[in-house]
Amino acid sequence: MNSDVFAPWEDPQAKPLIQFQNVTKRFGDFTAIDNLSLDIFEKEFFALLGPSGCGKTTMMRMLAGFETPTEGHIMLGGQDIDPIPPNKRAVNMMFQSYALFPHLSIWENIAFGLRRDNMPKRDLEDRVEEMLRLTRLTQFARRKPHQISGGQRQRVALARSLAKAPKLLLLDEPLGALDKKLRQDTQFELMDIQEKTGTTFVIVTHDQEEAMTVASRVAVMDQGQLMQVATPDRIYENPNSVYVADFIGDVNIIEGRATANGEDTYQIDWAEGQAPLTATSAKGFARGQACHLAIRPEKVTISADRPADAINAVQGKVHDIAYLGNLSTYHVELPNGTIIKAQTANTRRISRRSFTWEDPVWLSWTATAAVLLAD
Amino acid sequence: MNRLSWFNAVSLTLGFAFLYIPMIILIIFSFNESKLVTVWAGFSTKWYGELVQNEAFLDAAWVTIRVAVFSSTLATILGTAAAYVLVRGGRFFGRTLFSGMIYAPLVMPEVITGLSLLLLFIGIGLDRGILTIVLAHTTFSMCFVSVVVSSRLVTFDQSLEEAALDLGCSPAQAFRLVTLPIIAPAVISGWLLAFTLSLDDLVIASFTSGPSATTLPIKIFSAVRLGVSPEINALSTLMIAVVTVGVITASLVTKRAMMRQKQDEMAAARAE
Repeated sequence: MNSDVFAPWEDPQAKPLIQFQNVTKRFGDFTAIDNLSLDIFEKEFFALLGPSGCGKTTMMRMLAGFETPTEGHIMLGGQDIDPIPPNKRAVNMMFQSYALFPHLSIWENIAFGLRRDNMPKRDLEDRVEEMLRLTRLTQFARRKPHQISGGQRQRVALARSLAKAPKLLLLDEPLGALDKKLRQDTQFELMDIQEKTGTTFVIVTHDQEEAMTVASRVAVMDQGQLMQVATPDRIYENPNSVYVADFIGDVNIIEGRATANGEDTYQIDWAEGQAPLTATSAKGFARGQACHLAIRPEKVTISADRPADAINAVQGKVHDIAYLGNLSTYHVELPNGTIIKAQTANTRRISRRSFTWEDPVWLSWTATAAVLLAD
Repeated sequence: MNRLSWFNAVSLTLGFAFLYIPMIILIIFSFNESKLVTVWAGFSTKWYGELVQNEAFLDAAWVTIRVAVFSSTLATILGTAAAYVLVRGGRFFGRTLFSGMIYAPLVMPEVITGLSLLLLFIGIGLDRGILTIVLAHTTFSMCFVSVVVSSRLVTFDQSLEEAALDLGCSPAQAFRLVTLPIIAPAVISGWLLAFTLSLDDLVIASFTSGPSATTLPIKIFSAVRLGVSPEINALSTLMIAVVTVGVITASLVTKRAMMRQKQDEMAAARAE
């Protein structure tokens, strides 16, 4: 690797640990996965993100061996794993329901996979103790799963799936059953454990915040296809489609027609009687091509007067205010009825807020703030 | 605790009287001194003493117990296997037909089951005896077992089996180490159900038993045709006692397990 930044996907020499090669999976007439190719590298924390029914769980179940591809192949470490049954794969899974064995103690749950490998007694005990320490469960070792809390159960499930030191750990919505605060703590714990063990993690989630927090790369899926695979910041800042921009975070989408206006700069005509907007784009657009301009609300500045140097500025009035405590989102209605959201950090006490309902305001953003997307 | 209203108290008394008066009369008269069943002549346990010395009854009881143990065990194995395939086998061809067919013997008149088994045994030249009764009882009680076990399997979290496979179990190991221990209560109650069904079956046993093997219900029935003796009352009282103790024990065990589980879960919730 050429730098200390972990990015094997940018290194053409790097060999992927997992390769999906033109994988298609059909259930009867329904195509769950549609001719999908994807490389995942060793030590990655890879997130599959998408709405329910997008095929992310099917991808995970194919990796675990519970489903086989209808067409195409999945390679693990260069080996085609399609004919290998789940019990013979160096892949372990943490189930959404945790699937802890209710009749066994926490200790026996963690030892379960090791016993199947006929590990010597001493080594087995050491390994279980190590896993208990890693997940801070030592004092609960003798309890049964129903005698511990939800958060502890989640850690038992993680310890059990990590005990066999798999090449690849699959996590199916691992934090879905926890409440928000516990979930946030656990996300960092997961990252910590992933780093300590050096295991490759593939996580399935529908929670975009969770995917962005934990993952080194995120794959956004829809209807059995990969929409975009990139690092969290690229997914957020440079979405490649309206779908991805809209799925990840909050966004304003303005439809219009692009006209080139200098190198990598375009003018977007978007509404009758409104001045055209300006945006930069590395991607080329033909003259008059229909396009979407995606602007994140936090990149839109709200002010009482038109900022003198603003490239893009529109006037409207405050239609609604969503107060989130740390942030406020202003829904500003433009004269033609379009609503544009602008977000500001509440650095002042709310009583000193500058704008209120029905106030006329100006919204402005720079030429590089928005992403220009093709139809 | 609420007091019962006048109306509810009467309904309760009437209902339970209807259910239990015949049995109570039977129990009372089993302690009757007199040989005449309907005339009370003072308290005595002599009929119990005579019962213990009645070879024919003891033989029949021994046959009944052996038949019940073997048939309920066989029925439990077959019924559990059938339930497992029907619940877990996925959508194979004819699944709906098979699951319908497994319940059909539940409502089949016993006379017909008994007669068809008799014809089968004669047809294949199997001498009627303990073996034929065991086979017959297995046939009609395995569907009860599979009903009980499949209702448990339906609510069984399939990811538990997948987790076992994922951790290195072969499918057979996953069943033995994970599925079976978890569904064990249902399998055991299936076995108990099959056992009691076999214990008190008269119709099917009388079709499929031979001169070498007579079960207790057949013995009692034929003895009663010659007149009810206090000995029969004593025998029936013993059977009632056995069944009562069994039912009470089973329900106490289940209740205690449920209460412990509830306490554990509450403790876990507090620890959160």
